[in-house]
Amino acid sequence: MDYVIEMLDIRKEFPGIVANDNITLQLKKGEIHALLGENGAGKSTLMNVLFGLYQPEKGEIKVRGEKVKITSPNVANDLGIGMVHQHFMLVDTFTVTENIVLGMEPKKGINIDLKRAEREVQEISDRYGLKVDPKARIADISVGMQQRVEILKTLYRGAEILIFDEPTAVLTPQEIKELIQIFRTLIAEGKSIILITHKLKEIIEVCDRVTVIRKGVGIDTLDVEGTTPTQLASLMVGREVTFKTDKTDSNPKHSVLEITKLNVKDSRGVNAVKDLDLSVRAGEIVGIAGVDGNGQSELIEAITGLRKVTSGKIELNGKDLSSYKTRKITEAGVGHIPQDRHKHGLVLDFPIGDNMVLQTYYHKPYSKYSLLNNKEINKQAKKLIQEFDVRTPSEQTPARALSGGNQQKAIIGREVDRDPDLLIAAQPTRGLDVGAIEFIHKRLIEQRDNGKAVLLVSFELEEIINVSDRIAVIYDGNIIEIVDPKTTTEQELGLLMAGSKNKAGETENV
Amino acid sequence: MFNQFSRWQKILIPVISVILGLIVGAIVMLVSGYNPIEGYTALLSGSLGEGFYIGETVRQITPYIFAGLAVAFAFRTGLFNIGVEGQLLVGWVASVWVGLAFDLPKVIHLPMAILAGAVAGALWAFIPGLLKAKLRVHEVIVTIMMNYIALHLCNYLVRYVISDEQNTTDRVPESASLKSPFFETLTEFSTMHYGIFLALAAAIIYFVVLEKTTTGFELRSVGFNQHASEYAGMNVNRNIILSMVISGAFAGLGGAMEGLGTFGYGFIHGAFSGVGFDGIAVALLGGNVASGIILAAALFGILKQGALIMPLQSGVPTELVEIVIAIIIFFVASSYIIAYLLQRLRKGAK
Repeated sequence: MDYVIEMLDIRKEFPGIVANDNITLQLKKGEIHALLGENGAGKSTLMNVLFGLYQPEKGEIKVRGEKVKITSPNVANDLGIGMVHQHFMLVDTFTVTENIVLGMEPKKGINIDLKRAEREVQEISDRYGLKVDPKARIADISVGMQQRVEILKTLYRGAEILIFDEPTAVLTPQEIKELIQIFRTLIAEGKSIILITHKLKEIIEVCDRVTVIRKGVGIDTLDVEGTTPTQLASLMVGREVTFKTDKTDSNPKHSVLEITKLNVKDSRGVNAVKDLDLSVRAGEIVGIAGVDGNGQSELIEAITGLRKVTSGKIELNGKDLSSYKTRKITEAGVGHIPQDRHKHGLVLDFPIGDNMVLQTYYHKPYSKYSLLNNKEINKQAKKLIQEFDVRTPSEQTPARALSGGNQQKAIIGREVDRDPDLLIAAQPTRGLDVGAIEFIHKRLIEQRDNGKAVLLVSFELEEIINVSDRIAVIYDGNIIEIVDPKTTTEQELGLLMAGSKNKAGETENV
Repeated sequence: MFNQFSRWQKILIPVISVILGLIVGAIVMLVSGYNPIEGYTALLSGSLGEGFYIGETVRQITPYIFAGLAVAFAFRTGLFNIGVEGQLLVGWVASVWVGLAFDLPKVIHLPMAILAGAVAGALWAFIPGLLKAKLRVHEVIVTIMMNYIALHLCNYLVRYVISDEQNTTDRVPESASLKSPFFETLTEFSTMHYGIFLALAAAIIYFVVLEKTTTGFELRSVGFNQHASEYAGMNVNRNIILSMVISGAFAGLGGAMEGLGTFGYGFIHGAFSGVGFDGIAVALLGGNVASGIILAAALFGILKQGALIMPLQSGVPTELVEIVIAIIIFFVASSYIIAYLLQRLRKGAK
């Protein structure tokens, strides 16, 4: 079979590092090809080279057998290469059609011919089973549909080769199923797909072949048929990886967090958390499963004092925190690994060392009489860097320069080291690779074993099932069911998350 | 400003900008028929050539340091204080007013007058700080408007309150004056005064507060990332106000230096003095760090002072210095271009 894309011996250097060290990737026509690698392995760099955002130092790219030079994304578009980014590039206030035609609007005189555009969008949507309403506003549609708009955008521009960057990270299990169906339709229509991911299960499920990259070096390209997740994981990480998180049964004691009748409004002033009750006991991990946007963020922000509580109680060891400011809540014994590590977790331009004392800088020994003691701060930073295996040149390195996994380890180190009675972990492994995920899960379980309460919020069902001792399913601002991770399945959880109760007759159990 | 650049780039970019600015200035001189060597020689001798000129240059540097520190302090907390000019004016008038209104021994009177300048500047900056913190009104808009209010309010105060419908106030008495007979004799009777020591002390305070205290930690943290600061339990609004107040205090002190030192009185300003606005350029060129601001202020002082003598000695018009300054600022502001060229150069060398 012919190759539609060949990237041969691609080498891309950045000051101080080789991001791609002579990597070869060959995409056959009509296949789904996975690009697998840890964070910072060089996947995105390689795809950015293909998409024309970076120029390689060495190597050549062939499209349909012809040698090409891709100098900009426009060139890539002309060659029929389209990319669906992990973070959608859509204008929220525009309609689906307006977003799709943006930059190449069909004209009628000097006006945009929206009618024609809508018709064209509808046509493509029907053909590939994308089920997109061309007139809907982006702000009003679900994340899954936004992603389909991104797919439509590339198809509208005539893409034959589609690159997907971590497409399932933001989707619910049902949406993932739909996406996989879309993949199959695309292939049937003669398109080829490169899928960047570190989710091994997906690879096994949909991909034909996989290219594994480790630390900028192409390790191997193999047929997916006949491989196992374990095999792929060890290829990617370079050592044996265990998937099942080892843990003993939980031994919960007294209640640490007790939430009763909590109501919280979201930024638009709409009730996002509605009469929610939840308790987390010492020595257990409670996982909150739910589709994004069902009140998880607002719940966490309310507990940590970042959002005002409309009514209800949040008690930590019997003390009501609902009217406290963030600092008092932190000092009362709440640790928080925030969902967005760049926005909330770190001051990216601060040295990683300063970030390690972001909540404690005003305490002894880090400062005395309001004067910072940099020696102590650096000592603490060095300790955490060592203990939590944060890979950084030094504690003076800006947090921005660290890879996502190491940034996350730094945050976790900081929060765990404060030894909080309640540790809230929101999406703690988002975008991280197998090795880092394993490490973080171990740390969470360690906290539990030390008799602390852990509240885990995640959109990854596998993570919720693996790590939690109890799973609370959140839907529309309420906990609609508590299930036992040992007996539940992803299917059951998926249905619950979609708001339907499968066990008829069972009373609401909160 | 240069956070994404490495340490050597942070130093090289302003230095290269200055050199480029001087080169382009020389080309402009050549094109317009002047001799650049003569021009720059006149500039240098007019700013550093004689004791008198050195004294005048140092005097000129003093308010630039304060204005630069004021702009930079706010900037480090993520705020654009465009109102340094106005804060400087109210500081000027307040210090003169206190100088004239009281009759006290110098040990009390002078510090009191200086402090009045700082407090007035701080209060003037408090208003935009408060509006930003409470109502999210953008500080650039408010500080610009506050400049005009300051200008006309100060003129009113000088004419109708502090003086008797005059264009200038009386001279502040010796007990509230920064004038230094010692420096004046040393520099052949220039207007150099003790203010430069206060300016250098202010730069040290700037460094210590921002880099060494928990307050500075919070201010910088808020400047970089308000969300993370809030997450860490810092009071973002309080820090915004505090930053503006400290920034305004630096500006007000700069005004007090003019009021109690350079001039020794207040007068009706037909237009802005420009020192406050030049402070933006000083902060930018100095990379918002104390040592950089002192060097940038020194450069500005030398250029501005030398520009006065340049036409007399070489025929090159004063405005040429404005061109040089503008080009320096242009290159600093477009630092990406220089960083890019530096990178290219390094790659080429390899």
